[in-house]
Amino acid sequence: MNVTLIDYGAGNVTSVERALERLGAASQRSTSPACLAKAEALLLPGVGHYGALIRALDERALRAPLLAAIQRGVPFLGVCLGLQALYETSEEAPELRGLKLFSGSVRSLPATVKLPHMGWNRLKLARPSRLLMGISADAYFYFAHSFAATTMNGEAVALCRHGAEFAAVVEEKNIYGVQFHPEKSGGPGAQLLGNFLRLAA
Amino acid sequence: MSLAHRIIPCLDTDGKRVVKGVNFVGLRDAGDPVALAARYNAEGADELVVLDIAASRDRSPTFLETIRRVAAELAIPLTAGGGIRSLDDARSVVRAGADKVTVNTAAVARPELIAELSREFGAQAVVLAIDAKRVNGRWEVMVRGGRDSANRDALAWAQQGVELGAGEILLTSVDRDGTQIGFDTLLTAAISRAVSVPVIASGGAKLPEHFAEIFSEGAADAALAASIFHDNVQSIRDLKQYLAARNIEVRLPC
Repeated sequence: MNVTLIDYGAGNVTSVERALERLGAASQRSTSPACLAKAEALLLPGVGHYGALIRALDERALRAPLLAAIQRGVPFLGVCLGLQALYETSEEAPELRGLKLFSGSVRSLPATVKLPHMGWNRLKLARPSRLLMGISADAYFYFAHSFAATTMNGEAVALCRHGAEFAAVVEEKNIYGVQFHPEKSGGPGAQLLGNFLRLAA
Repeated sequence: MSLAHRIIPCLDTDGKRVVKGVNFVGLRDAGDPVALAARYNAEGADELVVLDIAASRDRSPTFLETIRRVAAELAIPLTAGGGIRSLDDARSVVRAGADKVTVNTAAVARPELIAELSREFGAQAVVLAIDAKRVNGRWEVMVRGGRDSANRDALAWAQQGVELGAGEILLTSVDRDGTQIGFDTLLTAAISRAVSVPVIASGGAKLPEHFAEIFSEGAADAALAASIFHDNVQSIRDLKQYLAARNIEVRLPC
């Protein structure tokens, strides 16, 4: 299994590479449309600003090949902003359009709680999940975000709550996304990435 | 289902080795950062902070190598800082494997640095470190490793830092640092209630009771300590079990 990491020039891609390496999976960074066209599995890591991610995808002409690969059935995992990008829009950059693979929008978590939602939190399972297979229902995952998909639908297999309920894990066919950082979430995070690799194999 | 209180070991380094002093002076060697990082990762630490407390231009390549080697050991978030003066400094620290950067003295000198970092990496990656000391009934911001007063009110500075884009405050009590008599709960509660972002309390921890107190009365979101973990005075595992037994939400190691 060879995972193509979509590198759009922001954030800590190294930690995702290292986490995959520990699981025995090869990965390479890609910034070119041609690489996406040949990918066996795709991972979109994301930290920073939603606008920066969407603009980078468009400036590097990655949107069309990415959508084409997903439609072809190539397994895709979006991490943090990579999950948020799957929806239609985000309040963080309302002028931009997301990948629109899921309906609904990404909104700011309410100011009634401390933001960013920073640290380890647990999930509430909405329906059986392939990504969470074999992971304890009490497991904690590491979150670091202020925006989240709060208008989720059936794609949300696990929810989390910080001021408001939001999609923590999404799954639909070959499309997967997690709002937390599995590469920073100790044993349960490693198991989740391992599950993705098995699903993608 | 709610956010767990975080326990964060801190490695103060001279670039290469972990060092520890009392009230920011009298440094002594406390071990290899890579070995300590691996140990804390395994023992259930929630994050790790690595600071270059003797930061200088010629030391930074050594420190970056330390970050790279520490990051390789971790499946938890890594915050790095000490001597970060510019966006370029922060970029090299992030490229070396840090998830967040801390700024302190340089941000006091030029607050706009916080906004620049926040725009580039996002607020969740920018930790404003504040060293505060009680002076004439208020908390004053101290700089240059706690030595000099910045003649600035710590509460006002914390609020300004958050407005500029800091996503977290790492608050060290200069009065308590290294004393092991407990965190400064008054200081921490005052800052925690004054800002909308998480606050990491630091300085003075020794006993499990100190941690329970800083999370309840001090309203801290996370607590940081150094030598008590390095010297095996306190194990992270036992500490978390103690807190869980008192209904303080923590992530228990598997």
